[in-house]
Amino acid sequence: MKVETVNAQTPFQAPDPAQPLSNAYAWPDAQGRFGPYGGQFVAETLMPLIHELDAAYKAAKADPSFQAELDGYLTHYVGRESPLYFAERLTEHFGGAKIWLKREDLNHTGAHKINNCMGQILLARRMGKTRIIAETGAGQHGVASATVSARFGLPCTVYMGAVDVERQQPNVFRMRLLGAEVFPVTAGAATLKDAMNEAMRDWVTNVSDTYYIIGTAAGPHPYPAMVRDFQSVIGKEIKTQSMARMGKLPDAVVACIGGGSNAIGAFHPFIDDAAVRLIGVEAAGHGLDTPDHAASLKGGRSGVLHGNRTYLLQDEDGNIVEGHSISAGLDYPGIGPEHAWLHDIGRAEYRSATDNEALEAFQLCSKLEGIIPALEPAHALARTGEVAREVGKGGDVVLLMSGRGDKDIFQVARHLGVEL
Amino acid sequence: MTTTRIDACFKALKAQGRAAFIPYVMGGDPSREAALAILKGLPAAGADIIELGFPFSDPMAEGPPIQRAAIRGLKAGFGLRSTMDLAREFRKDDQTTPIILMGYLNPIESLGYDAFAAYAAECGVDGLIVVDCPPEEAAPLIEALDKVSISLIRLATPTSDDERLKIVVQGTSGFVYYVAVAGVTGVKEANADVVAPAVERVRKASGLPVAVGFGVKTPERAAEIARVADAVVVGSALVDEVAAALEANAPAAPRVLARVKTLGDAVRSVTSASAAETV
Repeated sequence: MKVETVNAQTPFQAPDPAQPLSNAYAWPDAQGRFGPYGGQFVAETLMPLIHELDAAYKAAKADPSFQAELDGYLTHYVGRESPLYFAERLTEHFGGAKIWLKREDLNHTGAHKINNCMGQILLARRMGKTRIIAETGAGQHGVASATVSARFGLPCTVYMGAVDVERQQPNVFRMRLLGAEVFPVTAGAATLKDAMNEAMRDWVTNVSDTYYIIGTAAGPHPYPAMVRDFQSVIGKEIKTQSMARMGKLPDAVVACIGGGSNAIGAFHPFIDDAAVRLIGVEAAGHGLDTPDHAASLKGGRSGVLHGNRTYLLQDEDGNIVEGHSISAGLDYPGIGPEHAWLHDIGRAEYRSATDNEALEAFQLCSKLEGIIPALEPAHALARTGEVAREVGKGGDVVLLMSGRGDKDIFQVARHLGVEL
Repeated sequence: MTTTRIDACFKALKAQGRAAFIPYVMGGDPSREAALAILKGLPAAGADIIELGFPFSDPMAEGPPIQRAAIRGLKAGFGLRSTMDLAREFRKDDQTTPIILMGYLNPIESLGYDAFAAYAAECGVDGLIVVDCPPEEAAPLIEALDKVSISLIRLATPTSDDERLKIVVQGTSGFVYYVAVAGVTGVKEANADVVAPAVERVRKASGLPVAVGFGVKTPERAAEIARVADAVVVGSALVDEVAAALEANAPAAPRVLARVKTLGDAVRSVTSASAAETV
């Protein structure tokens, strides 16, 4: 199927340029919308559950004891705060601004995903839910969900496309080791979007006891805002650490985007700091001029899927088409609704990197810094050189190292023609 | 004046003291010709109202049978517009049987609400069920449908308490669809004893006839539900007949229509005690 390259069709109210965004950013609105994006597009059976979740999250957010409990686990279980590391050799290599790596790869389970899972499982416990479900693509969110479920003794079912189960065997084993049941989804194309469909089907079937931990800042409200809030610990730490290390805020923050939870977590605390450039990098797969990419903003248009309105890869009939990326964590055909909004209002910039560019960056970072990045942040790194040069010497660019690359070494070896 | 086809149908059935039988079929499943033959044969086989599904790539509320039907429809090159074209063909010979289009929001968004509504009206569509468009998100769609007098049929579910019901039925017309089980289509079985009081609640809140679907597969179950509801919807069991026909290398329409006949007869065999009280 052909991916249309049309811009968003949904009209939106452009912000008044006379009204600076500074200190004004308060999305989503009461209905969970970011401009025209977001909302609650789910089956009626789920509506009362989503309202219940919204109320429970609001109450938890306002409760200092909830935040204190979460902070405790983030410190002692996840291992926060994560370092902001000055990447001296990448800086020399790119020849522009200083490059700093925000080391989410050093978290327990090796990626940023656990920040959100820890927040959501504490909420699930608070709500008295006794069973956890989750969807996963590459398996990182599945592993993080299985991890927190094990920690709190809750049964966990992870939906994973059968194709992904095949290509991510180590993570499947990890999840099972952690006591989770991994359910291979054969419907549709048997990848992430189909896993999410199946998780929704489970949720609508088990409405009384089940909590659905969505892994990215997408889905029906309150998920996009809630996941963003839980991931905002990243941006808040970057802010504090930048003041301590650079004596100022960074000039730019660069992060990769699939659904976009790591990026929105890094961006959100900076939205009102107009001088800080926020740059998201989508997966361009084989190239934006081919059908094989996962760049919803650059190559998709507005639509409704998985509970929210956002940019989607779709054909002319409004059927969703599969995204492609070398990174299984980025090949989702949609994007979190807040990114759609930040894109439209121009507060964040969105670029893309191809499979090959990500592979190069993957090797570059390994060789120059002794840090094997996940293929996801390797996409962000692929654009960081040009951002560093745009910002120029004397400036500071933070690259969100959202996860470590151990999970990807087989895939990368295969692409490089190396047999393991 | 399309809404009146639905109203007229329920009024006539009330006079007969029985519930309506509503078969669900998928546009383009398994081919244009077969789907059209099924559609055209439905009223004679016992359909009082027809639910016509349009294929979508990500049918989140469907169980395996309708998921597979959607894939067959997509493979036959069908989508929203081509499914509405089937309705247009059907309308050439049948001016009375209401057609309710059913599916997901994105194909409708993709077409644009106003363009969709105009085209649906042109094709003789009477009502629309959008699984992933709850009342909170429905205002712009209702606005477009109102212009052409197409009813947006609302869904009430086992999770709808009295407060929620008020929101669900606000400004609705035609009938209300009661989802008999918390779950996807064609998996759990509906229980008439549990459904009966729920139907009564929805009827009271809406003042409209109540159709019951999700989890009705057999003639026995259809008859049980027909006693307590104003309409009975069967979908998965019918699209499974298409699958069985394909497997047996046999034409789909005769098999599907034979099943419709059995189910329709079952619905006709019982008096809907409650139907006499409503509308």
